[in-house]
Amino acid sequence: MVKTVISRVNNIAEDTSASHALVFEHGRADARYWHDLWRFRELAGFLAWRDIKVRYKQASLGVAWAVLQPVIQTLLLTFVFGKLAKMPAGGLPYFLIVLCGNLAWQLFTAAFNGAGNSLVGNSHLISKVYFPRLVVPISALALALVDFGVMLLLTVPTVAFYGILPTWQIFYLPLFVLLALVIALGAGLWIAALTVKYRDFRFITPFVLQIGVFVTPVGYRTDFLPNWRDLLSLNPLSAVVDGMRWCLLGGRTNLYMPGVAVSALIGAILLGTGLWYFRQTERRFADEI
Amino acid sequence: MSELPVISVENLSKRYIIGHETRQDTLRDRLSHGIACLLRGRRTIIEEEFWALRDMSFDIRSGEVVGVIGRNGAGKSTLLKILSRITEPTAGRVTLRGRVASLLEVGTGFHPELTGRENIYLNGAILGMSRLEIARKFDEIVAFAEVERFLDTPVKRYSSGMYVRLAFAVAAHLEPEILIVDEVLAVGDQQFQEKCLGKIRQVTRQDARTVLYVSHNLKSIEQLCDRAIYLKNGRIAGIGPASEVVSQFIHASSANHLAPAEVRLSPKLVLKRFTLDKLECLGGGKLSYQLQITANESVSIQEIFILVQNLQGERVGLLDLRRLGGARRLAAGATLGIKGDIVSCPLVEGDYVLGLFMHADNEQREHRDLIQFHVHPAASRDGLPAIVTQSLGVALISGDYHEEIYRAP
Repeated sequence: MVKTVISRVNNIAEDTSASHALVFEHGRADARYWHDLWRFRELAGFLAWRDIKVRYKQASLGVAWAVLQPVIQTLLLTFVFGKLAKMPAGGLPYFLIVLCGNLAWQLFTAAFNGAGNSLVGNSHLISKVYFPRLVVPISALALALVDFGVMLLLTVPTVAFYGILPTWQIFYLPLFVLLALVIALGAGLWIAALTVKYRDFRFITPFVLQIGVFVTPVGYRTDFLPNWRDLLSLNPLSAVVDGMRWCLLGGRTNLYMPGVAVSALIGAILLGTGLWYFRQTERRFADEI
Repeated sequence: MSELPVISVENLSKRYIIGHETRQDTLRDRLSHGIACLLRGRRTIIEEEFWALRDMSFDIRSGEVVGVIGRNGAGKSTLLKILSRITEPTAGRVTLRGRVASLLEVGTGFHPELTGRENIYLNGAILGMSRLEIARKFDEIVAFAEVERFLDTPVKRYSSGMYVRLAFAVAAHLEPEILIVDEVLAVGDQQFQEKCLGKIRQVTRQDARTVLYVSHNLKSIEQLCDRAIYLKNGRIAGIGPASEVVSQFIHASSANHLAPAEVRLSPKLVLKRFTLDKLECLGGGKLSYQLQITANESVSIQEIFILVQNLQGERVGLLDLRRLGGARRLAAGATLGIKGDIVSCPLVEGDYVLGLFMHADNEQREHRDLIQFHVHPAASRDGLPAIVTQSLGVALISGDYHEEIYRAP
């Protein structure tokens, strides 16, 4: 008799706890994670806003850095590929080919770097407050987007100055921006989670980017390299760079659709596995960081 | 329904693995270690388990204010980290019924370049407030912190007092059903501490908020808490009415003289040695100390203080070990050794504990309860009767005097 009463009380307790309570124990997959992530979207906004604000606080310097470095890199690549290597330009000013390619590349670089370093950079938050850790790498993308916006505002008039006015292709630009961010976030999640445990991965990022600038068609057109095109397409960033160039130069370069498809596929795989690994390791971040 | 505990902890355990000497924090280490193991044909595990919490269970009902006490390393911080969901338990289960906010540090996420106004929003969001909520309480927060005039000044220009006031003000205006607080009142001036305690008391009484409060200040635990939990070596050593548990803790700790051999001061610094030449001394007598701090990685130590506290957790004084030339830089593996004397110990009879305050690589940490020692009554002067301890106050003031008696003219 007493036993049944107790078990009924227990049942009531279970019922209420299931609906209101937050239960956590070891290894428990948290069903509310995505709900929490949504609840903390404002935090993501604030973190992004903090990064942007701090970056542009010393206004002149902030903008100058966002612009100066890519401009110098563009000039350098124009010189190496256009003047020294005499790669075919197909009647376009070589400077513009590199300018548009580099715009895409810089977006990826900034987003990948930002996401990859975000956890270690915010370690003081991670060891002191709970929030879904995904907030951190996602919010790191915002700064890259703002820098990209600034560059874009300078690029479009420059292209127009050479007599190439924006055409309908420009409306596809957001798609390639999205593709760049998906790839950057996917790779960035891997790096961010791995860096928490193995600090070496911090050195891998610059190394990858250094090689990447050459194996990605930042400084040359792929449509004049038919033999290499398929191989280059295995690099998901080729399609991003080619695509943005196609958008900004009014379709004067060819867009290789199989390349875009491969890039989207690889991007999706990177993001999927990146999310999986991040979620696997996330609960140990505070102990290991 | 309302009988259900708000916080329910069942058989909670947390294990940390501490690598000894062979920290495999880089991939290279891990790889070379793995290869070495393969060559030797078996795994050599030089890792040690450390149970920060062991099989802990307790319930806290709605509206209770519960204090958590214990020495350094007893598991207080780990418990709070698990309850705040920052880290995951190794075994056991925690059930929380209600919205939780935790305050393990004052000013988490404050950015020095941002203004006071901006930091209020940022910090509020980090603590889990929505933008609307912050906007609604903004004026109240500013008034509480008394920083109206400096709202649009970057906080790097704030005095440390202003910084702490602003940071606490944001936290004090959280409105969770469960509030988890770690030692945050240890900072700031006395008056502001009182104000903060008052604020906590007010919200708990008015709105039946549940609070879990960790502090070394036993007096504030007694004042603020209904119940207390005394942790020792990761287990519950006592639980019950705050005053009873506090006296149990005081009693237990006076039987216990030395801190563990090594104390991790920060991720990069380990306290290898902190000793006194004797654990009992006379009031006004000489006391010598030795300090050895080893750096695992290169680190810059801006400030060191030795903190002196009584067993109630009140600060009695501190010993300034800052250096005139600025920060001390230690290369990886280097050890900083300090030897010194407290020339005439200005303490009245009683038990005291020494702790360390470290400011290294822009991180400030306090480590209390490292050494305990006893001060015996000062020798009475030239055969004068001794004065009872209760009349002496807290400090031993010594001085010379001359006297004359002027006769009535």
